[in-house]
This record gives sequence, C-alpha cells and structure tokens, in this order.
Amino acid sequence: MSGRKGIILAGGLVGFLAVLLVHFGNPVNMGFCIACFIRDMAGGLGLHRAGVVQYLRPEIIGMAVGAWLISIYKGDFKARGGSSPFTRFILGFFVMIGALMFLGCPLRMVLRLAGGDLTALLGLVGFTAGIGLGIVFLNKGFTLKKTYSLNKAEGFLFPAMQIAFFILLIAAPAFIFFSESGPGSMRAPIALALIAGLLVGVVGQRTRMCTVGGIRDFIMFKDTHLISGFLSILAVALVGNLITGNFNLGFEGQPVAHNDWLWNFLGMALAGFGSVLLGGCPLRQIILSAEGNIDSVITFLGLLIGAAFAHNFGLASSGAGPTTNGKVAVLIGLAVVLIVGFMNMDRSADVTMKGDVKLGA
Amino acid sequence: MALNRVDARGRSCPEPVVLTRKALEQSPGGVEVILDNATSRDNVKRFAESRSYKVVVKNDGEDFVLAITK
Repeated sequence: MSGRKGIILAGGLVGFLAVLLVHFGNPVNMGFCIACFIRDMAGGLGLHRAGVVQYLRPEIIGMAVGAWLISIYKGDFKARGGSSPFTRFILGFFVMIGALMFLGCPLRMVLRLAGGDLTALLGLVGFTAGIGLGIVFLNKGFTLKKTYSLNKAEGFLFPAMQIAFFILLIAAPAFIFFSESGPGSMRAPIALALIAGLLVGVVGQRTRMCTVGGIRDFIMFKDTHLISGFLSILAVALVGNLITGNFNLGFEGQPVAHNDWLWNFLGMALAGFGSVLLGGCPLRQIILSAEGNIDSVITFLGLLIGAAFAHNFGLASSGAGPTTNGKVAVLIGLAVVLIVGFMNMDRSADVTMKGDVKLGA
Repeated sequence: MALNRVDARGRSCPEPVVLTRKALEQSPGGVEVILDNATSRDNVKRFAESRSYKVVVKNDGEDFVLAITK
C-alpha cells in the first residue's frame, strides 16, 4: 500500500467514507474534520460550553485505535518523543485557532471544495501560502530537534485515552455534554462512525496520507505522491456528493462556513504555516500519536486546548462570519508561529556530514 | 568509493529529505543516509529515486541505512 496506487485508493476511501458519514447524519461537508471533531470533543468533555459543538466523536477514536493496531501489527509502533514538546503544543494551539477561523481542518477544506463550497478556495490559497512560508523556514534549516526513544508504555497511553473516551461516549455519564442542536448534534450512528474512523486510521497509517505533506512535497521536491491522495479525496467526494445530492456550487449559504475571503485566507494560512513546521496536518498528527509519537500527542493536546480557548474566548467563527476576537487571535498566531520559525533555525549544523566515517562500496 | 554519511536519526519528516538533498548537492556522486523510522526511509528513497539515484536499503538493528548512488 505504500506505492502510488495505495495512496490514490486510500484517498478514494476517505472521500467515500466522508460522503457516507454525511449521508448518515454528519453535518454537510463534514464527513471528516479533525479540527471540528477535536473541538466537539473539547465540548463533550466540558472544556468549553458552546452548546452546539459538544460530542465525543467516534471518528477520532476509531482513527487512533485503527492506526495503533495496524502500527503494532506492521512493526511501526515505536514510543518516541522529546522534540521541542512545548513548541509543538503552542503550534498545535494556533493551528486550531486558524482552522476554527476558517471552520475546518485541511481535510474538511478538501471536502468543502468537493461539496461545491467555493469559499474554501480562499482557504486553499491561504493554506498553500502558509505552507510556502513554512518551506522558506524548512529550507533555511528550521528544526524542532531530535526525537528520542521512550518506554513502550508511554506510547500506549494515547490509544488508551481514546478508548477511555469511547467508554465515556457509550456510558454517557451526566458530566459528558452532547449537543442537542447545531453541528454537534448531527452525527452518523456510533458504529458507522467508529468503523469509518478505524478504516481511515489503518489506511492513513499505511500510506502516511497528509494534506500538508501533499502540498509541501509538491512545492519542495516536485513530489506528487502525497498530493495524489489529496486529489483522490476531492474527486471521489465530489462524485459522491453529486450522487447523494449534497453538491451545492457557490459562495453563499454554504453549510458551516462563512464567506469572508480575507479571514478564510488568513485562517488557513495560519493552519498551513503551523502544520508545516509541525511536519503534518491534524489528521497526520492523530495517526502519528497512535504510532507512539508523543510529540504528536502533545500537538493533539495543543489542538484540544486551542479548541477550548477558541470557544471560551469567542475566537471561533460561525456561519455568520469571523469574530473580532478571532481576528486578533489569528494575527497573534501568525506572529507567534513566525517567531517560532525564526527561533528554531539551525544554520550551523543543518547537515551532519561525517566524512571520516568511510563506509560503502 | 566511500560515501559521505548523513545521520538523520531522530529527525522527523521532511527534515531527512532536506538533509539528503543538501548532502547530494555537496556530493552528487552519492551519500549514505542513516534513518530510524520507516516513513523517513520511504520518503528519502522516493526522493532519491526521483533524482535518478539507485537506492539500496539495509536494516541495521532498529535503524535503516540507505546507500544512495548514481
């Protein structure tokens, strides 16, 4: 599954499952949205009290468990961490602020395009610009430094936490919040959402699918491998939306979206810039977390807390448009990510050449 | 011919590819890259092959050693 065919099939599967989940109850163009679903989970846990976006999304739980199981089976599971953890937390935090300005992670941006939501075009342009900016830093030696081996037990904690979320979802104790209206109340059946998540976790782990990586590799190395998965999601979801009647071409009245061009652009620019410095989009961070990458677990926590702040402080946009607080937060975020970029450039030792170690033919 | 060695262990995507690219700019004849995860192994291999290099992968304990030559 690691070849070109694998990534195209995997993208197609993600696109198909996204359409299916919408057909069976998820909000339109939100079959998958890592940012929205983590935001719902923050709400479900009561970390924010925005009543319309509270639910423990089984898709996220499924992705984590699916990626965890396949990584163990294939021998890719390896507990590791220690690569600038707090910087990653902060980057994760602001990626969420940017995504909630736009109203979606990069994966939902693709799904919005596939649903005919042209407001997402500005998001795509901003996302690409943010990635381009990040690449300038990568080419100048940006690094979050090395990651180190950890005890296996450390790596099991993230999937265990996701399983605990699943138990809370099923047991539904009074302290877990479930939206009764709004996007959080629109949900595919738990079993379907969980299975869809498991499948995406498995194929995501095997193919290393990543929306940020797709555009990054194309710009940096002219490598079309990952971007072909991105295009495959778009193509299959587009056809699926046409068949299920969820395709609605235009700028106005798009579901869970707003038509403020500048802030759609800047929101996704922040998400793209932050994600490229993190080495992967929110989807990829969940898959890596499940494989034992604790740096990605810290990023996940940054996303979760970012989502809680976004709703507690009135930073997240709604269909009515962005908020003043949200605009300020996105500008702060862009400044912070720029500073992180400048502060982590390692010009001196960017290539470790050990000419004295002569090996080989 | 002896190859220069790039140690990209502990580096996360896409740094190993960036390091390999820089190393190949300095020694276009080929380099040896040591990596510690399968994602980087596949990315570096795909990158080198796209630049018409030959890649031989060897396992070295938990690490991978890629010999990249013309």
